[in-house]
Order: sequence, then C-alpha cells, then structure tokens
Amino acid sequence: MEHTTAIHHDEHAGGGTKEIIKVTVILSVLTVVELALGFWMMKLEAGTSLVHAIKGTIVILMLAKAFYIVGYFMHLKHELRNLIMTIVVPLLLFVWFIIAFLYDGNSYKELRNNYNPYYKEKSLEKAPLKKEEHEEKKPAVE
Amino acid sequence: MATTTVTTAPKYWSGGKSPFNVEYGKLMMWCFLMSDAFTFGAFLIAYGTTRFATSGWPNPNEVFQSFPGLGPGYPLLFVSLMTFILIISSVTMVLAVQAGHQMKKKAVVVNLILTIIGGLAFLSCQAWEWTHLHSEGAWWGSNPFPNADGTAATTNFTNFFFTITGFHGFHVFSGVIINVVMLIMTLTNVFEKKGHYLMIEKAGLYWHFVDLVWVFVFTCFYLI
Repeated sequence: MEHTTAIHHDEHAGGGTKEIIKVTVILSVLTVVELALGFWMMKLEAGTSLVHAIKGTIVILMLAKAFYIVGYFMHLKHELRNLIMTIVVPLLLFVWFIIAFLYDGNSYKELRNNYNPYYKEKSLEKAPLKKEEHEEKKPAVE
Repeated sequence: MATTTVTTAPKYWSGGKSPFNVEYGKLMMWCFLMSDAFTFGAFLIAYGTTRFATSGWPNPNEVFQSFPGLGPGYPLLFVSLMTFILIISSVTMVLAVQAGHQMKKKAVVVNLILTIIGGLAFLSCQAWEWTHLHSEGAWWGSNPFPNADGTAATTNFTNFFFTITGFHGFHVFSGVIINVVMLIMTLTNVFEKKGHYLMIEKAGLYWHFVDLVWVFVFTCFYLI
C-alpha cells in the first residue's frame, strides 16, 4: 500500500475547527426549526394546504441538512470537481424516482377510490376501539 | 494472467496515480456509500409510494409519543434526543478525523471514544423504542395504531417502520464496530507507524453517512 502515502491529503482548502463549529450550529438550528414546525403542525388540521406547505418546508430543510453533512462533514465540497460529479450526478436519478413513484402511488389510490367501491367502503371503516385503552394512559415503562 | 504480456504498464487503473486526488480506499468508500444511498432511497421511496397509494395513515405524533420514565404524551421529544445524539457523534467524528490529520493521537482516541459512546447511546434509544412499540403490539405484520382519521390501518406502517429503522440501526451498529476497530488500531499505534490516519477518514465517511440517512428517516417517519 505504498501508493496511498503519496497523496498529500492535508492540502485541502477549507476545513478547520471554525468550520466544524459553524456547521454544527447550522445543523442544530435546522433541526430545531424542523422540530418547531413539527410541533406547530400537531395543532393544525391534517390535510390543509398550510400543513402541506409546512411539510414541504421540512423537506427543504432536510435537504439543506444533507448538503451540510455531505459537503462539510464528509468533506465532499472540498474535493476535486471530478469526484463531486462522480458521486452527485448518479444521485440525480432520485429526482425521477421520487416523482415517478409517488405520482404512480397517488394515481393508484385515485383509481381504487374511484372505480373500486369495495375498497373505498373498506377504507372508510372505523378501527375497533381497543379494550385496554384506559390502561395505556398509565406510563408504560419497560 | 498470461505471463507473456508486457508488465510495465498496467492495463487497469490500480490506484497508483490518483485521478481524483484521493486514495483508493476513500474513493471505494464513496462508491459504496453511493450504492448504499440507493438502497436506502429505494426503501424510502417504496414507503412513500405505499403511503401515497393508501387512503389513511397513522399519525406519527400519536404513535411515537413516549419518553422513558415520563410515559406517553410527549410526541417528538424522544426522537429529537436521538437526532441530537447522532448529530453530536457526527461532530466528534469530524474532530477525530481532523486530529488524525494533525497526527494528534490522544485527540483521535478521545474523539473516537466519544463517537462510540454516541453510537451506543443511539442504539440504546432505538432498542428502547422498539421494545416499547413491541409492548404496544406493534411489530412486523401487526399494527395496533389506527389511521389519523380513525379508520382501520393496514400493517404497512409498522412493516416499513421496522424494516427501515432496523436497516438504519444495523448500519449504526456496524459503524460502532468499525469505530471500535479504529480505536484499537489507534491505540496499538498502527496509524502512527503508517505515518497517516487516513483510515479514520474512511470510517468517518461511513459514520457521517449513517447520520445522513437518519436525517431522511427521521423526517420521513416522525415529522411528515
């Protein structure tokens, strides 16, 4: 493994304790904002456009966190552009994956709800209330 | 491997010259992580597709609402703790890598130990959560939680939850094992003799990837 020592690895741009602290603070703040949005969402009625907007915001914050982890903690931002492209370009397939699969899932739901009355009837059945519901109020310590 | 071929120029790139200015192992770690990202991505997209194809879905704030010692009624609290544990352990891992660059053995050891503790803490949290959900009747093929609108739910929710967090937990577990190996190698001066701590960097890449996956799992299962 002689060849591995030939690479001068400490000549990267960036790095340093300052950057680590900065990224840590950014990640923590983004997480706190995500959680705040999560708590806010609990008080809102499900399915409204406001809730969808909050969920979209959470996804954008999630992608920002991913950028900071990959770019700074995993150091990808300071690598050569060839390496960045090698890793990031194949991941662009996810754009198509997500759009195609979620669209397909949604269309399957619409089809079943529109053309399969049995499915629709079944999906509107209320869940049976559990008998031990009152017991669950006790703190369940394992 | 015919011996008649000229051996001076290798036919395939063997890492001798670095086109990306990273050593062979690190490039291969990136390739592995990319493939692993597709595995996790496939899991999460399957979950999303199923969720989009189903009329009702359990409310995560009603499912994940217990905190050890406090009981139910605290949605998001426990998972926030788990998230911060993983972020902090990721930070200590960066510090270990940085100390390795500066050839500071003691700092590498301290930060690796902190990272291992963080990993074990996360695994303990997950073990508690799984045990708790299991005691409520949730497991693969069994879902006691009704949909948010009160309709009867399928077992898709628990199946995906246990499969994906289980797969992630297994990654955390292997990451802890890798970090323990790195710690032993540091303590036995393997890297000092080699003259560099590049191996820690590769272990670090894996550990950050585990943290990265948790960002997605946390968002998809607990928040949205």
